[in-house]
Amino acid sequence: MVIEFPLPTAAYQARLAQRQASALPEIWALLEQVCDPEIPVLSLWDLGVLNDIEQTDERLLVTITPTYSGCPAMQTMRDDIEAVLRQSGIAAFEVRESLSPAWSSDWISPEGRSKLTAYGIAAPRACTACRGQPLDAEIQCPRCGSTETRMTSEFGSTACKALFQCQACLEPFDYFKPI
Amino acid sequence: MKAKILEYSTRLGDDSLVLGHRLSEWCSNAPFLEEDLALINVALDYIGRARMFYGYAAELSADGRNEDDFAFMRDQREFSNLLIHELPKGDFAFTMLRQLFIDLFNSLFLPRLAESSDKTLAAIAAKAIKETRYHLRRSHEWTLRFGLGTDESRERAQRAIDQLWGYTHEMFDLDALESELAEAGIGVDSGALKTEWEQQVSAILTEAELEQPGEQWAVKGGREGYHTENLGQLLNEMQSVHRAYPGLEW
Ligand SMILES: [Zn+2]
Repeated sequence: MVIEFPLPTAAYQARLAQRQASALPEIWALLEQVCDPEIPVLSLWDLGVLNDIEQTDERLLVTITPTYSGCPAMQTMRDDIEAVLRQSGIAAFEVRESLSPAWSSDWISPEGRSKLTAYGIAAPRACTACRGQPLDAEIQCPRCGSTETRMTSEFGSTACKALFQCQACLEPFDYFKPI
Repeated sequence: MKAKILEYSTRLGDDSLVLGHRLSEWCSNAPFLEEDLALINVALDYIGRARMFYGYAAELSADGRNEDDFAFMRDQREFSNLLIHELPKGDFAFTMLRQLFIDLFNSLFLPRLAESSDKTLAAIAAKAIKETRYHLRRSHEWTLRFGLGTDESRERAQRAIDQLWGYTHEMFDLDALESELAEAGIGVDSGALKTEWEQQVSAILTEAELEQPGEQWAVKGGREGYHTENLGQLLNEMQSVHRAYPGLEW
């Protein structure tokens, strides 16, 4: 079985550069343990939600980017970050939501893509390539790798996923939509 | 100008919340499971949008109100949503045809709002555009399935179009506040979108072998707080818990 992963996107490279420039590696490592409540194999870093950490004079400033406008998991993500910071003895912090630039599935880390597939969710195609294309073009089954798949619904169990079925191995699976 | 942007953001929040609530009424009532999920996902996108617009309005008001106060503590006359959003959900054809008209409108409106000189409005719009692309693809496909499907699906779709048509004109009306904001590069001149919207609607309806109504009756008043009786009923239900237990936290 061969599952192909797209190369790290330019959007991800930019996030990585931001992380490396922020010079608080221990806080990044600490928050690496906070995961998406709906897809617990993905850390908020992998997902592209955790985007900046700065130390100002008074407090630690953590910047997160909401995924979908109505994603009900955002509040849990925020609460989880705050809990981890508190448990580590950090009292002076602020978790700030940033709307611009808007989150894109292109922000997901390469590790996040492999974790998604291993978890049974097909990783999103690059978004720059997805505009105007039908959603169901050549999506690989995360179980057997076949591209003989069909979309059963454009909206799945959460806003970020569509429902697919593999024609080769018959497995129904989720596809993380490019957005 | 700040008060005017506050008002504008509240209006856009009202449009999103009222439509999001209407869509949420399909929860566990849709024709089949996948549609149930799809409708609720779209409802969540709209309610999320409302939260962002109200959040911004609350920030501008600087009087201690939060997004919940905007959603739950205002009365019918204070809501300024366009009437098309508040009409009862009707049958599935009615819901999807309304989505088609509104999705097409948003696919033209949001890219303009994303160019607003107001950074927050622009950021909310830029985020919402991506979701609207998905919404539109779906409402477009459903329109084709109704139109080219059975006699009954065709009939129901046509009935929905005829019932909705008179409510679409209001989307392209600007009052003094909207004109001023459009002039200032903050708001959108939605009147200028009408020709393109009509062309796109007409192309889709033709593709679906459905008819675009000829008559030009129009119902208006939402932006001034004059609503159909449906909004009062919607607010009654939506606001009841919050009003019965003000300030309650889970
Ligand atoms: Zn398979």
